[in-house]
Amino acid sequence: MDRLEMLYRAVIMQHSQTPQNKGELADAVAEKTAYNPTCGDMVKVQIKVEGERLDQVQFDGEGCAISMASASIMTELLKGKTFEEALALISDFTKLISGEELEDKEALSEAAALQGVAQFPTRIRCAQLAWKAVEDAIYQVTGNE
Amino acid sequence: MIFDADAVRQDFPILDQMVFDHPLVYLDNGASAQMPQVVIEAVSDYHLNHHSNVHRGAHTLSGRATDLYESARDTVQNFIHAAYREEIIFTSGTTHSLNLVSQVMADQVLQAGDEILISEMEHHANLIPWQQIAKKKGLTLKRIPLNENEELDLAEGLELINEKTKVVAIAHVSNVLGVVNPIKDLADAVHAVGGYLVVDGAQAVPHMPVDVQELDADFYAFSGHKMCGPTGIGILYGRKELLENFSPVFYGGEMINRVTFEESHWKEIPYKFEPGTPNISGAVGLAAGIDYLSKIGLEKIQAYEQALVDYVLPQLLNIEGLTVYGPKDPSRHTGVISFNIDPVHPHDVATVFDSRGVAIRAGHHCAEPLLDVLGTRSTARASFYFYNTFEEADRLIEVINKTKEFFTYG
Repeated sequence: MDRLEMLYRAVIMQHSQTPQNKGELADAVAEKTAYNPTCGDMVKVQIKVEGERLDQVQFDGEGCAISMASASIMTELLKGKTFEEALALISDFTKLISGEELEDKEALSEAAALQGVAQFPTRIRCAQLAWKAVEDAIYQVTGNE
Repeated sequence: MIFDADAVRQDFPILDQMVFDHPLVYLDNGASAQMPQVVIEAVSDYHLNHHSNVHRGAHTLSGRATDLYESARDTVQNFIHAAYREEIIFTSGTTHSLNLVSQVMADQVLQAGDEILISEMEHHANLIPWQQIAKKKGLTLKRIPLNENEELDLAEGLELINEKTKVVAIAHVSNVLGVVNPIKDLADAVHAVGGYLVVDGAQAVPHMPVDVQELDADFYAFSGHKMCGPTGIGILYGRKELLENFSPVFYGGEMINRVTFEESHWKEIPYKFEPGTPNISGAVGLAAGIDYLSKIGLEKIQAYEQALVDYVLPQLLNIEGLTVYGPKDPSRHTGVISFNIDPVHPHDVATVFDSRGVAIRAGHHCAEPLLDVLGTRSTARASFYFYNTFEEADRLIEVINKTKEFFTYG
């Protein structure tokens, strides 16, 4: 498998073509939009919470295969997680796509497929877009950073 | 062949490298071109042997630095056929040049109710300065639309010029559409109503002979790094009698004859528009780049790049699912070619290209309003220079087909 196939894994192509949890979320308690100014792409992430837990995570926007697949995978992964678990996963994901070795990739589930981004540093921002937005949305609810 | 691009490539050490195990094909020249060895050496020689500040030290090195800096001004003057050396102002680049001229206009020309005319294809650097001035001062910012060939609609542009038009600010060559705009026609029209013509020449000067007097531009801006020079150096050309009459809007050392706590007396042009220590090594590098380009000849460079476009554009237009922006007639198109491969996002396109060693740009190319007009959020863009070969044009076609295949069939 060459670097290109490592980047555009089947699971990523699948999510980019049929994204999960995409569209407007009614009664969201927080929403954040992240922009990639180099291409004009944007991803809006909306969340619903139950106590300290993410009840629903949804995204909307337009972008490249990497940003759309990453957003779709992120919504699936974080739904049902506590804020603490979610923030830890976001941190792990950021490390993974920046090329750092993780002790436990299993917890990231399908998101681990985005590891190939590390070979294309100019694309890290695309992969990170939705994760930045959801992190900000969580902080919007918890009121701290 | 007009000239031997393979031989010219020997002058550019950076081009000889592998990217992702493929020979680099550098097609991002519209963003920044590469420097030949002679330019790198000129800049290095300046730092190794001559560096000092200009116009102030009473010692040998300062004299040499001043001579090099001022002789670079002569080189630029001759290159763009300016009538006087004092008409050449060194800046940090096109963006700085356009901000400088727009601030002078805002400070000393523009009044509430005046109109500024730009085009729909302007780079942000020739849009935002005027937009912000218009907002602050209550001016109207109008724009010349594109015609059905995605070129400037000149007839509509001439209609829009009236006695309220104080400035027409326009790109000589579009950094997205690759079209050459009819500068002289606009100059005549805006001069007839007593206004000024400001030209963004960033994508023109590197690729074709430019004669600012023939164009009848009042101000003309361009950058060193798109024409074999270093980054951080650029030019604002301004007609002598205008520069003499306008006052500076940025202040500091090196631009005054005498200063008291109450008053300052400006130096003559161009120095009153060059406050602070300039980018001396940048000017030296720019002059070396100009000498290099002049040795090849801008007519030859233009003819060779046109031959590349004649070769590659019809092939691109034949690829199913490929949208090419700007005129479809190769003779109307420069070597800046923007495209989309439906339905693949340009960032994904650029990554496939990168994985095959082909460097292109993807994004909105700092012309977001133009992309709104074109009905897309972003595009891919291949931009050629004289050191690109026909084999590299073939690699472009190949990698486009590869991209289609990769995203269609996985």
